[in-house]
Amino acid sequence: MLLRLLNRALVLVASVLVASVLVFGFMRVLPGDPARIALGINASEGAVTQLREQFGLERPVLVQYLDWMRGLLTLDPGVEFISRAAIGPQIADRLQVTLWLVAASMVLAVLVAVPVGTWMAVRHRHADGMVVSALSQVGVAVPAFLAGILLISVFAVRLGWFPSGGWVVPAADPLGFVRGLTLPAISLALVQAAVLARYVRSAVLDVLREDYLRTARAKGLRPLPALWRHGLRNASVPVVTVLGLQLATLFIGAVVIERVFVIPGLGSLLLDSVARRELLTVQAVVMVLVVVVLVINFIVDVLYLLIDPRLRAR
Amino acid sequence: MTATSTLTRARTLAAAALASTALVAGCSAGSGTAEPTPTAGSGTGEGAGDGTGHTGSGAGDGDGSTGTDGGTTPGGSEETVRVGLVAEPASLDFTTSSGAAIPQVMMDNVYETLVTIDEGEIVPGLAESWEVSEDRTTYTFTLSDGVTFSNGSEFTAEDAKFSIERVSTDAWTNGLAAKLDVVESVEAPDDTTVVVTLSRPSNQFLFNLTTLVGAMFDSEGVHDLANDPIGTGPYVFESWDRGSMITLTRHEDYHGDAPYFQTVEMRYFRDGNALNNAMLTDAIDVVATVQAPEALMEFEGGAYQIIEGTTNGEIVLSMNQQEGNPLSDLRLRQAVRHAIDHQSLMDTCWAGKGVLIGSMVPPTDPWYEDRTGDYPFDQDRARDLIEEAGAGGTTLRLRIPTLPYAVACGTVVESMLEEVGLDVTIDELEFPSAWLETVFTNKDYDLSIVSHVEGRDMAAVFGNPDYYTTYGTEDLQALLEAADSGSEEQEITKMHEAARLISEDAAADFLFLLPNLMVAEPDITGLPENILAESFPLADLARD
Repeated sequence: MLLRLLNRALVLVASVLVASVLVFGFMRVLPGDPARIALGINASEGAVTQLREQFGLERPVLVQYLDWMRGLLTLDPGVEFISRAAIGPQIADRLQVTLWLVAASMVLAVLVAVPVGTWMAVRHRHADGMVVSALSQVGVAVPAFLAGILLISVFAVRLGWFPSGGWVVPAADPLGFVRGLTLPAISLALVQAAVLARYVRSAVLDVLREDYLRTARAKGLRPLPALWRHGLRNASVPVVTVLGLQLATLFIGAVVIERVFVIPGLGSLLLDSVARRELLTVQAVVMVLVVVVLVINFIVDVLYLLIDPRLRAR
Repeated sequence: MTATSTLTRARTLAAAALASTALVAGCSAGSGTAEPTPTAGSGTGEGAGDGTGHTGSGAGDGDGSTGTDGGTTPGGSEETVRVGLVAEPASLDFTTSSGAAIPQVMMDNVYETLVTIDEGEIVPGLAESWEVSEDRTTYTFTLSDGVTFSNGSEFTAEDAKFSIERVSTDAWTNGLAAKLDVVESVEAPDDTTVVVTLSRPSNQFLFNLTTLVGAMFDSEGVHDLANDPIGTGPYVFESWDRGSMITLTRHEDYHGDAPYFQTVEMRYFRDGNALNNAMLTDAIDVVATVQAPEALMEFEGGAYQIIEGTTNGEIVLSMNQQEGNPLSDLRLRQAVRHAIDHQSLMDTCWAGKGVLIGSMVPPTDPWYEDRTGDYPFDQDRARDLIEEAGAGGTTLRLRIPTLPYAVACGTVVESMLEEVGLDVTIDELEFPSAWLETVFTNKDYDLSIVSHVEGRDMAAVFGNPDYYTTYGTEDLQALLEAADSGSEEQEITKMHEAARLISEDAAADFLFLLPNLMVAEPDITGLPENILAESFPLADLARD
């Protein structure tokens, strides 16, 4: 068991390293010179070269990479080229915002998906179950940003129930915070809930077909209590996997949703920094997202081992 | 090692690769819209075009005009006004970074200049008057008394000397610093007198002082301009929530009229739709620049006030006329100008808002002349010229930045040129990064579309053959030089001639002048109808 954990941790570290090389490499091949963008089109070539040197962009690529890695390991990704602002605190601020958004969407999605998915499974031979199932299929197909735009035009612009965007710090104005979070969280949660519900449905269906559940029902238990007492733990194994993957995609989805709702989270920071060719900021944000995705993956693996003793034995 | 763990590892690695690839790819694709989308007055070519100081005027010099030092009116309200914009600054320090979003907030609001511009006229600012020597190389400014910086220290002639001299030091890396290259020396004989000596007469000098190179800093307060700007303006920088807004508060010891609003929130939205939605949901009070004129429809019907004025933003269809390029042939350039129906283009891509101009001069400049008749819309003439040039079926690469007006008008230009027998391919380049590299730096394009928003920027945009517009002929340079060094009347005559030459040589085509479009709550007053400077003046805003 311990060996397996260690093994997975090593894989995690290796993956982060591979990702860092990829991210660093991609940023170098993007067109656009950060120094030129900082100085504008009136700057002389001399000034641009000088600034490139000041930014450290003239050094060998390997030196730049190692320097960057050293910064990451000490949790100090450096300062921005143009604004000279420290990147670390900015990421910390923005990550908090994104975490709220992701957490709210995840909770919403699970709260909807588990009962709906179970319902779809239990009633899969009935018309109502089929209708809900078909609806969830539609939900899977709607991109989050489209959902966001639709929600804004109906609930913000037309009805005025929620703000169309922006961010309120929870401590400053709890009600405003919840109102501001509602539409973006729903946009992200819609797709997630639909996807998740389908997985819950098939997991529950699988369990329903198991012998032990048939036995339980033969002993007189109704389907839902039988499921609750005997099936849920089994059904949760595939669901936890999906939940992990979904959580990872939620972070990526948040990048887009933050743009639609003008939320100053990691996604907005990422897109703005790309536009300004703030290489260090982009690299740092992407690495944070990559690490988040990989760590979630790791946690899913570990949970796997905990939930399903059969995996531990092997 | 078991099969499961190998599989797990493979999956984890793949996830890492996928995640990073998707992110990088996703963000470079997305950044097109992430862009500062400067339209009206908000600076497009990222300050495309700055006066390098060869030209232009500076009306109102020389007569020792005396300024008013308006009596302070009773203070304003405790209210906050929320102004919505799209382009968030990259930094607050315009001495080291470019981008129109910085002066938009900082100039005239946080920083002030010795002289300033009011509806095209140069008027007193921190200098209550100035005199120009006979040979027009010495400017003597008399400063207003009782002006203090936001840190409490007094504004003196020493600060002015420091500020002007600093522009030509290494501390200023922004390319616009070249605007003051003509300054030879600065003296401060007493606390309220500043004497600036130029190396040669320059009409553009006084005008340039109204722009960001003329900003007055505290000689003791420039150590952290990016985070702690200190100026004499009506507002003081308060805070910056990156990604959402910049807050300014009233400068309590301001030397002029106290602004009505206690607090101004400059809120940044990055996207025209989000900006409009914020206005529609009452999250802001003013839309400082409407990103697409069609959006005005949402605000019509009386619930909002709509302002339609003008700007300095000439939308230039630039033509690469370097040797070996198809457009180095004058006939082909002329054909392009004849082939474009400007009115119908403006109607199609900018909802008819804007002003048609035939050359690089907006109607608000002293040397404006209607040149729209130089190349009237005439498809037959265009076809003849193309045939004469032997250029039928030539493929032209129209490389446009991902900015709303360029994207909207690019396809119209394409179809109009194709109607007369040219083959046009459109490439959209992410702005600023990809456009700067491909079109601006490498000049790897045939046609491009960019609005040049700086005031009096004819010399900067067309006076230099190495600039991306690739024009700058000797004839034009001679005219521009004569204009800058001549008397006020000579300046106007020479600038007329220069504008005519640019138009007749078809150095570029001029699609139209961007309008200044704003939307605001109906009771907001003091909004500028025309945006002719680099700032968005906030001190005049009030609520009825």
